[in-house]
Amino acid sequence: MSEIAIRVQDLGKHYRIGTAAERHDTLRDALASIMRRPKRGGSHDGADANGSSFWALRDVSFEVKRGEVVGVIGRNGAGKSTLLKILSRITEPTTGHAEIHGRVGSLLEVGTGFHPELTGRENIYLNGAILGMKRVEIDRKFDEIVAFSEIERFLDTPVKRYSSGMYVRLAFAVAAHLEPEILLVDEVLAVGDAAFQKKCLGKMGDVAGEGRTVVFVSHNMGVVSQICQRSLALREGEIVDFGESRGVIGRYLKTLQDDSRALATEDRFARYPDQEIVVTAGRVLDQDLEPTDLVIAGQPITMEFDYRTRNNPQYAEIALTIFNHLGIRVSHMNTAMLAGPLGPLGERGRFQCALEDTPLPSGRYRVALAVHLSGRKVDEQESALEFDVDDSGFFAKRSDAAIQYSTVLLRHAWIHGRG
Amino acid sequence: MIEGTGVITEETTADEQAPALPSPSLDVPVTVIKPSRGLSFIDWDAFWQYRELLYFFVWRDIKVRYKQTALGVVWVILQPLASMAIFTVLFGVLLNAPSGQVPYPLFAFAGLLPWNYFSSALTRSSSSVVTNANLVTKIYFPRIMIPLSSVISGLVDFCVSAVVLAVMMLLYGFPPTTSVLLLPVFLLLAMVTSLGFGLWLSALNVRYRDVNYLAPFIVQIWMYLTPVVYATTLIPERFRFLLSLNPMTGVIEGFRWALLGPGVTDTALAPGLVAVSVGIALAVFLTGLVYFRTTEKTFADIV
Repeated sequence: MSEIAIRVQDLGKHYRIGTAAERHDTLRDALASIMRRPKRGGSHDGADANGSSFWALRDVSFEVKRGEVVGVIGRNGAGKSTLLKILSRITEPTTGHAEIHGRVGSLLEVGTGFHPELTGRENIYLNGAILGMKRVEIDRKFDEIVAFSEIERFLDTPVKRYSSGMYVRLAFAVAAHLEPEILLVDEVLAVGDAAFQKKCLGKMGDVAGEGRTVVFVSHNMGVVSQICQRSLALREGEIVDFGESRGVIGRYLKTLQDDSRALATEDRFARYPDQEIVVTAGRVLDQDLEPTDLVIAGQPITMEFDYRTRNNPQYAEIALTIFNHLGIRVSHMNTAMLAGPLGPLGERGRFQCALEDTPLPSGRYRVALAVHLSGRKVDEQESALEFDVDDSGFFAKRSDAAIQYSTVLLRHAWIHGRG
Repeated sequence: MIEGTGVITEETTADEQAPALPSPSLDVPVTVIKPSRGLSFIDWDAFWQYRELLYFFVWRDIKVRYKQTALGVVWVILQPLASMAIFTVLFGVLLNAPSGQVPYPLFAFAGLLPWNYFSSALTRSSSSVVTNANLVTKIYFPRIMIPLSSVISGLVDFCVSAVVLAVMMLLYGFPPTTSVLLLPVFLLLAMVTSLGFGLWLSALNVRYRDVNYLAPFIVQIWMYLTPVVYATTLIPERFRFLLSLNPMTGVIEGFRWALLGPGVTDTALAPGLVAVSVGIALAVFLTGLVYFRTTEKTFADIV
């Protein structure tokens, strides 16, 4: 057997963002543009000066060994999905080539091809076939899929009557039973309730244990560090880091912090020239006051925000709301409840909100922020901060039930008496 | 983000030819992904590998078509019967259009049977790739399965109305003769024609949504340019060759000939006419195939 499962060599993908003249969304535009100018010679070097083209992926080369689970990380637009789409042959590369040794299954979305009018049973077959399973294979795994999805009772109900949770569970159950030699997975774990996510992760862990090769794209650093031995970091279409996951993730998070600090400060302040106060950056600090993206449930954190001011405002009221991945408000913090307005503000500065405890189930959270000056809302951000929480050490024993049924984790003890 | 907003056009650059396929010394299948250049034809291996998916697409189309309708498959019978009734009143009674020795309702139905198949296959296949955009952008499979499945799934409706026609033929006293054995040939011609135009239109539709508006319009006009509800003898002899440029003329005339016998069609025209129809249908099919296959690599980027 070959040692290499995936070999990628100088892979590149070039997109042209259509300008008004080149975006032929309708026939009329196309005809008009043909009339206007004769066909240009092939200028395929991507160096278009007008900035209407870009490389979504550029000079990407790497190898994945058989049986390896590799994470792909990077911010939005870094080229992660493009890479996966090329490897799954959905779109063609512009340059370079890739070799894939083995049967490929790709999971770019959960429930691709599900038809709302068809029943759960019918959709298992349809979706299985779309993911590349043979009919006999689906027949063989059918009971297992149904059991995994926990929807036995609704098997003959059209999926349009399913709750979104049931829908996702069924879709994932089919996907989880895909048995290709190489599995390409894109961010599909971002759906479903936490317990089901854990179950799927367990399934993916099995997959890795069976010697299957997995390429896994995710924003969830906790998950990546948990299941991927090696990770690959993309930035603006190029590989910036490839190696042992923890190291790659650490360096990636560091650059993320640096970027947001450098970028946000100038950017946001300039963008709101009429605002007297602008929050320019935010970050989560761990108990050693080091920036972090992954919060260990139960440990203290500090949320820190930088601001700049104009026209010398004096005092500001700050409100923060933490939302979980379902959009549920987990907690609200407001200077009006404790300290009162903060100030005097000066030209720039920072404020911190220190949390003694983070009793939160695993998942991704965002923090919305609002700044008031004497009762007037001046600055507002839907997502001033985002962070992931890992709760695996919160209680003495890990339990999926705690996560499935919790929005917060309350510390508690059990006492038993008789008679 | 920028990806998938539909404002992106892929630069179809092809750089230097990537190395040839590595020698398949192992039992693992090796896939080589590289920029393609030039025109593409059918990838038979992929087609064979994904043949079950074609089956499931057809199955899905059929399952879903009459879901949540009160009358269900009855529509398949009602629609052609209703249009037959209308054309009988309009052409048969009011305009007194000639239909040979065959009663006009039977004459019309024998033409409407293949025409309805063709028009629904064409309309459905031309919107098929766009309708299945979610699949195209998320999963790899030979894209041709999509328009092909639309053309195949229409056969179910066709078969149901064919039974209705068979009943009518017996009622009117026109039992089928041996020429009915050639019916599958004309059905195949109808399939090839609808797939050929379907390939062109579905691929064009990915980039130009005008096709969505154009297709039903084309089909409507096309019907009157085809001797569906009138006989070719209605057209002056010197213009009849124009009719033969339309591959559906061959299909419709062929159907009537195979079903009702030589009494109704202009037999002198038939062999040459069918040959031209077949030639044009094949030309449209082959060019459509090449166009579809060559543009399909950009489907996921622009659909």
